[in-house]
Amino acid sequence: MSHTDVRLDTSVDLPVERDALIGSAGRPERRQRGERLMVAKAEFRSYYGQPVLKAPPWEAADIAGYLFFGGLAGASSTLAAAAELTGRPHLARGLKAGAAVALTGSLYSLVHDLGRPERFLHMLRVVKVTSPMNIGSWLLAGYGPLAMLAAGSAVTGWLPRLGRLGTLGAGVLGPAVASYTATLVSDTAMPVWHEAYRELPVLFVGSAAASAGALGLLVAPESEAGPARRAALLGAVTELATASRMERRLGMVAEPLRQGLGGALLRTSRLLVAGGALALTIPVRSRVATRVGAAAMLAGSICLRFGIFQAGLASARDPKYTVTPQRKRLEARTGRRRRRP
Amino acid sequence: MALDLREGTGGERDPATAGGYVEPPERVGFFTDTSVCIGCKACEVACKEWNAVPEDGLLFTGMSYDNTGSLGANSWRHVAFIEQPRRLGRQETHLAPTELPPDLLRSAGGRTAVSLGMPAAAPPDGHVAAAAEMDFRWLMSSDVCKHCTHAACLDVCPTGSLFRTEFGTVVVQEDICNGCGYCVPACPYGVIDKRPSNGLVSKCTLCYDRLSVGQEPACAKSCPTDSIQFGELSELRERAAGRVRDLHDAGVTSARLYGADPNDGVGGAGAFFLLLDEPEVYGLPPDPVVTTRDLPAMWRRAGLAAVGLLAVLVAVAVPGARR
Repeated sequence: MSHTDVRLDTSVDLPVERDALIGSAGRPERRQRGERLMVAKAEFRSYYGQPVLKAPPWEAADIAGYLFFGGLAGASSTLAAAAELTGRPHLARGLKAGAAVALTGSLYSLVHDLGRPERFLHMLRVVKVTSPMNIGSWLLAGYGPLAMLAAGSAVTGWLPRLGRLGTLGAGVLGPAVASYTATLVSDTAMPVWHEAYRELPVLFVGSAAASAGALGLLVAPESEAGPARRAALLGAVTELATASRMERRLGMVAEPLRQGLGGALLRTSRLLVAGGALALTIPVRSRVATRVGAAAMLAGSICLRFGIFQAGLASARDPKYTVTPQRKRLEARTGRRRRRP
Repeated sequence: MALDLREGTGGERDPATAGGYVEPPERVGFFTDTSVCIGCKACEVACKEWNAVPEDGLLFTGMSYDNTGSLGANSWRHVAFIEQPRRLGRQETHLAPTELPPDLLRSAGGRTAVSLGMPAAAPPDGHVAAAAEMDFRWLMSSDVCKHCTHAACLDVCPTGSLFRTEFGTVVVQEDICNGCGYCVPACPYGVIDKRPSNGLVSKCTLCYDRLSVGQEPACAKSCPTDSIQFGELSELRERAAGRVRDLHDAGVTSARLYGADPNDGVGGAGAFFLLLDEPEVYGLPPDPVVTTRDLPAMWRRAGLAAVGLLAVLVAVAVPGARR
């Protein structure tokens, strides 16, 4: 009786966590399919496998939805302004209306997550550059009315001059609305979100451009759809390329981007976006293929935001994504190998 | 010129001065010496009593004697229990009969030891001789909010609900908090959390109300072994360094300080610890960094991405423009 089952120590032949698999003792570790481990598993310890970090208390539908709607609204406003300036009124009107709907969706998500509408106003009592959420509130407070003005004027035909002002203003602020959400999630301790801060803004604006282009293809007549098609394709290529670069760079921290719910959503997103892009590039311009491709791209963009959201949560739940990179960093800095106490 | 957003929290200066207090009192904090923690949880109880923190589920976690689990909105102190098959320095994990005082041995009169169910002292069968083989230690540590010099929760709070006190500590104002929960994932230690009952975040205030009238926090006051020590941070750091030296001299070579270095990722913690094993064993991050350290780079990249998006979306509209 010199041991207890409830333990946590450095002995590598013991499972780190308490819930050992029944019947697995003494058996050699099952070979993993596909890939063979070439180096010994890194020694990793934790407090009974409990998470070190707290995941955000956010509903996926609210905040991942907010990330998608923000990107869609922002890029749509900009594409709408560009379309209006280049003489494509139908495309512009459809995108402005779409941006207003997406903006309403994003505001609804945000307020629903906060619980009460007046709580949004708490964020406008200060200006804090260290808080992306605060800066985002100010961006929305500036962008929202302009986008609404642009959409209202475009749909009703009233106040054309103010509508033009709204269109241009929202067009200029739109990209900021689409990209700040990357900083919003990166400025946290969630390993996947924080470590991905280099790629996330590009990934998010790529996805925003793809979704805005897709929206344009759904609302505009074929004669004005050129910019939307190009935006969708460029956005899709950017998104796919950035996602793969991000996964490569993150190393083991990228695991939640491949595994679990987050991984599944991101794989689905890649399929939908790539498939949508293919459907848009087929030489025979078919209205059905265009619509299906555009819808797939929008769905892919939704999957991307939900996937990134879930991967961030998963990286907080498992302490190894917090401990292992920090331990490596510490040992590299101090030049000290771990000592057994 | 690089924009350093952390200038707001004052580099290595005193956080209270950086927070705008003109002549603040000395910065105070906790030194938690886990080598003398006995796991009594008096700190957890005293904290709940004084601060009227609601109960957070009377549940068994099924992992050691720790039924609190982790710090959270309703647990501002959390005692971790780690059971390890290893001795602590020159600690004797058993009571050899020869070491008992003679009068005690006489009064025991040849009776065998009785197990109290505790995993040290003597094996359940009472054969004291077998106990010499037993190497066992319990690590206990009372965790708390670190009151960082560069506090991520305070930095990212979009409403200004989290503020720096004149004592250099970090406190939430509940009437300003809007429940956005952004501080929760921002904390590199996983301390602050949202309370489901009112939707607002809460965490240790280092008993701000008690400090204001010259009293020490409830947890430190109630700690029977002085494992939790409260005081001026500069003095606590000296005391802690001395304690580490003493423990090393006594053969406890695994003793080390955690969070005491003012040059670490959070600029030094206002609540630091003497640990007997690596931080991750206690559920602490080995090398925490304030999340806003990389924020200037994040803003730069987000700005570039936004400009790129603007340029691309205008460029795609140019071909075939009708005016």
